[in-house]
Amino acid sequence: MSKKVGMEVSVAIGEAVKLANADVVAAYPITPQTHIVEHLAELVADGELDAAYIPVESEHSAMSACLGSAAAGARTFTATAGQGLELMHEVLYVASSMRLPVVMTVANRALSSPLSVWGDHSDVMAVRDTGWIQIFTENGQEVVDNTLCAFRIGEDNKVLLPVMVHLDGFHLSHVIEPILFPEQSAVDRFLPPNKYPLALHPDKPVTMGDFAPPILYPEAKWAQEVNLRASKEVILKTWQEFGKAFGRHYSPVESYKTEDARVLLLTMGSFSETAMTVIDKLRGEGRKVGLVRFRLWRPFPFEEFRQAVKGAETLIVVDRALSFGGPGGPVCSEVRSALYGEVKKPKVVSFVSGLGGRDITPSDFETIINRGIEIAQKGSDNEFEIFGVRE
Amino acid sequence: MAKSEGELTWRDLEIGAIVTEPGNAAQYKTGDWRSQRTTYDFTKCIKCGLCQIYCPEGCIEQNEEGYFEANVFYCKGCGICARECPTRVITMVEEKE
Repeated sequence: MSKKVGMEVSVAIGEAVKLANADVVAAYPITPQTHIVEHLAELVADGELDAAYIPVESEHSAMSACLGSAAAGARTFTATAGQGLELMHEVLYVASSMRLPVVMTVANRALSSPLSVWGDHSDVMAVRDTGWIQIFTENGQEVVDNTLCAFRIGEDNKVLLPVMVHLDGFHLSHVIEPILFPEQSAVDRFLPPNKYPLALHPDKPVTMGDFAPPILYPEAKWAQEVNLRASKEVILKTWQEFGKAFGRHYSPVESYKTEDARVLLLTMGSFSETAMTVIDKLRGEGRKVGLVRFRLWRPFPFEEFRQAVKGAETLIVVDRALSFGGPGGPVCSEVRSALYGEVKKPKVVSFVSGLGGRDITPSDFETIINRGIEIAQKGSDNEFEIFGVRE
Repeated sequence: MAKSEGELTWRDLEIGAIVTEPGNAAQYKTGDWRSQRTTYDFTKCIKCGLCQIYCPEGCIEQNEEGYFEANVFYCKGCGICARECPTRVITMVEEKE
């Protein structure tokens, strides 16, 4: 029997890592991720989780310690946010290139300056090309479930890649939600022990992260790309088996009331739940609107995405990050690229909003949808519109 | 390693390009970094072996007659051996190949 408890989402993530029976946690506290690693430190100190907790002097060191731990074949977890994710940036590439299955929760946060501890997706978008599998979540249950799935996906010997699980800083990390925790025995059945095939051992020495001259580097990079793309198969299978075992189902692109919808809104993260209430209201008024969200951000789910927006006339994308001097919203830029070669495709309208923790309220979403329809009909001189900035 | 570096396809690489066979750095040809190469007048050589001690690449070996000579596969042409040789056996010349 699984039990439902009211719990701060950050603490619940710590509990999920305990259920996954992680061997090593190496992390540096940073708002709004702090409560996750604080709780894990407590679990280890109290003897409730048999793991090594490595307190490090920075996020760069946190990720570096995780590389060593994962290379030794240990189940490895860390968490960070915003500036912390940026400080570990170069090591992120090493984790994916060396194919080390680290699991990391990112409590998404805006980037300085001005200093902001609040949430948006600037930190995620800066690391989108680092070669990690990236999963977005919208509520506490989804983070807990996908933390468990992340270990199984990353450690699968067909995958062997690090996985980021994203949740919105504060809007999700710091709220108390009802969470259904699976029994330990059920988690143990779902999540087999980590068996990294080339784990460091004196009996079988290997060199990791070695040097590759021009005659080898492109081969190494292509092997990495082929592998990341192929990981989708295991991700789908893992979600399927999670659904069978625990009754909650996940897909690369999530759709809400999209059947017969002529206008689609596209969001990512916890603001999607606000967007759903707006879709409900507009449906109640007889308008054919729906909502799509990327659950899987990397590898980018091209087929599923094209399928999800196929019938729509207008697609309104709301980004919570800004690509300065470029196309505006990074998600919308990828969406446009994914649809460019399609014969029949919706008109894509781009909005950037909700930066640095600024709320996007239900009435804001309604305004965005109406303005998006207007732009789709009349056209616009701008690549994107920023919404909610005072003139 | 059965295949040379240039024959390896992306499929041949271990996961994460991990090297499972120790010592394969010996296959790395550093000789083509060279802009100067060593030439020898062994009639002056006293076989002291100082050149071998000073060589930063560790690429100087004794040949069959006991003279010290750089292995061109690895020699980067730095010229330290020529400078240190007490009897001026070694002259650096421009690498034209």
